[in-house]
Amino acid sequence: MPPTSPGVTGEMILFIIFGAAAIATALVMVLQTNPVRSALFLVLNLFCVAVLYLLLNAWFLAAVQVLVYTGAIMVLFLFVIMLLNLGTPDREADRLRPQQPIAVLSGLVLALIIGGVVLSPLPNPSPTLRDDRLGTVEAIGRNLFDPAQPWLFPFEVTSILLLIAVIGSVVLAKRRL
Amino acid sequence: MDAIFGSEIWKQLFVYSVTDPAHHIEVWAHVVRSLLRIGIGLGFILTIVPGLIWLERRLLSWMQGRLGPNRVGWQGLAQPIADGIKLFFKEDIIPTNVDRSLYILAPGVALAPVLMSVAVLPWNGSPDWGAVAPGLNIGILFLLAIASIEVYGVILAGWSSNNKYSLLGGLRASSQVISYELGMGLSIIAVLLMTGTLATQSIVGEQGIIGDPINIGNTAYTVYPHSLNSGFWHWHFLAFFPFGLVAAVVYLISMVAETNRARLALREADTEVEAGFHTEYSSMKFAMFFMGEYANMLIVSAIAITLFFGGWLAPWGALSQIPASAGAYLPAWLINTLNMAVIAPFWFGIKLFLLICFFIWLRATLPRLRYDMLMKFGWKGILPIGLVNVVLIALSMALQQSFGRLRGHLMAVAVGLGICFVLFVIKMATYRKRRLDTETTTISPIRREPAALPVPARRTREV
Repeated sequence: MPPTSPGVTGEMILFIIFGAAAIATALVMVLQTNPVRSALFLVLNLFCVAVLYLLLNAWFLAAVQVLVYTGAIMVLFLFVIMLLNLGTPDREADRLRPQQPIAVLSGLVLALIIGGVVLSPLPNPSPTLRDDRLGTVEAIGRNLFDPAQPWLFPFEVTSILLLIAVIGSVVLAKRRL
Repeated sequence: MDAIFGSEIWKQLFVYSVTDPAHHIEVWAHVVRSLLRIGIGLGFILTIVPGLIWLERRLLSWMQGRLGPNRVGWQGLAQPIADGIKLFFKEDIIPTNVDRSLYILAPGVALAPVLMSVAVLPWNGSPDWGAVAPGLNIGILFLLAIASIEVYGVILAGWSSNNKYSLLGGLRASSQVISYELGMGLSIIAVLLMTGTLATQSIVGEQGIIGDPINIGNTAYTVYPHSLNSGFWHWHFLAFFPFGLVAAVVYLISMVAETNRARLALREADTEVEAGFHTEYSSMKFAMFFMGEYANMLIVSAIAITLFFGGWLAPWGALSQIPASAGAYLPAWLINTLNMAVIAPFWFGIKLFLLICFFIWLRATLPRLRYDMLMKFGWKGILPIGLVNVVLIALSMALQQSFGRLRGHLMAVAVGLGICFVLFVIKMATYRKRRLDTETTTISPIRREPAALPVPARRTREV
């Protein structure tokens, strides 16, 4: 830690609270057997992550996280779960059981990668996020659409990808074109 | 007096501005200021909701030639309080087979987001006291995010009640809200294009500056002092002339659907799904849903005012503040306080009242739409109109930069009219084809072989 460490700040307290909440809700979400509750804990988890984004001054990312993930995607999840009226799954008749060793293995690999990233030294000087204008919509837009930056092309390609997905779902859903 | 007004504590709390770099505001002062602003915002919503319920019942009765509640208190004004007391003391029934924790949680989940969205609605132009969170730079995105999580209360209530009608009502209500959120979002995007900022304070301020109604948005992060020469002709519903109006109308329609209000309210279609998702709720839990609905009405109206109808600005700029000549008789701080605390909220309140009356008027006069009609209207009517409108506004901005203001805008309007004409022609062609089909069909018996009984006839196309 640098010698001018500010001690316990408000941001640190909030980070500890919401980081712990994010981990706890994620665990409950995985361990819960009732699908509706599991989905609801995922919603809570996404909220906690949105708060963590806010603590990093990523205003736009936090708002979009709530808007897209909790507001749209999770609502659709809940819709599907409720319409199919899924109960608690039967453990014996679980057809996904052979997948378990593979799941454990890939989980371990992911843990190794994340551990490696966490333990590796920070770049010097460490990137600063003190500028509270950095995460605003305007700053992100200016960076994203700046021809000098390399992000315009991937952005447009992603939007085309989404368009293809939309058209594909329409084609699948329509009985006759 | 001077011991209070001259003291550092008073200055920290009420005198120093956050925009003034000369004075540093302590953390505790920030906290107290925030708590006060939250108190003002929540206090306003929670005190106005009973009045709103009374207004709706009396106004609806008046429109339908009835009297409405007029016994409790003067003109029945104490009726909502009496109802509240009644609901509070009623037995709180929880049916046996409900999902208990979610059933109890649902009313709170329905009410909380509504109260949260008060945070960014400005009631005056002050950067310190203008709203609960006046400086929030993602203001409109925050509102959209909150609006998108309002569905959870409805879904949870419908599902956890363990009742078919509740579930159906909940699913209907939530799919309706989700569908119309898109139209709402598109009309909001239109405003964002015009202003170039997401902060609600700046969106209102931008409607009060001098300039033509056709203005190009490049105004992020500036709070304008409102001009005396501005007026309602600078508000966004008249900006980019037909396009701003279209956006405002799209917003107003989506807002009625979004609040699940009667006439677009299918969650409470009594003959179809009983009372919808709150069929199984009683006592205070029902009251929370009820309050959430009315508070939501206030919130979406306030958003409409902020976005399209000039927020706290007066219809004529000169009415927005005490005339400068009064400075000779009154001290400056009093004029400032009156401007901020009386005149701006007064105009905001007047507009809110008119919009709420519009809501009630809709409920009193229009018949209810069928569910499939409602969804079709949302997806095939509101959504394409909003989308084309946004594109046309962007086109108008681009053309204005190349061809000058008026000419560029007129070209964009011409494109819009062209699109309308093409759609009209296509629609007429399909109508004509359908009519032709109807005329050339004949009634033929369903089976050719002789039958003992006369068979029902059906229509088939003659080949």
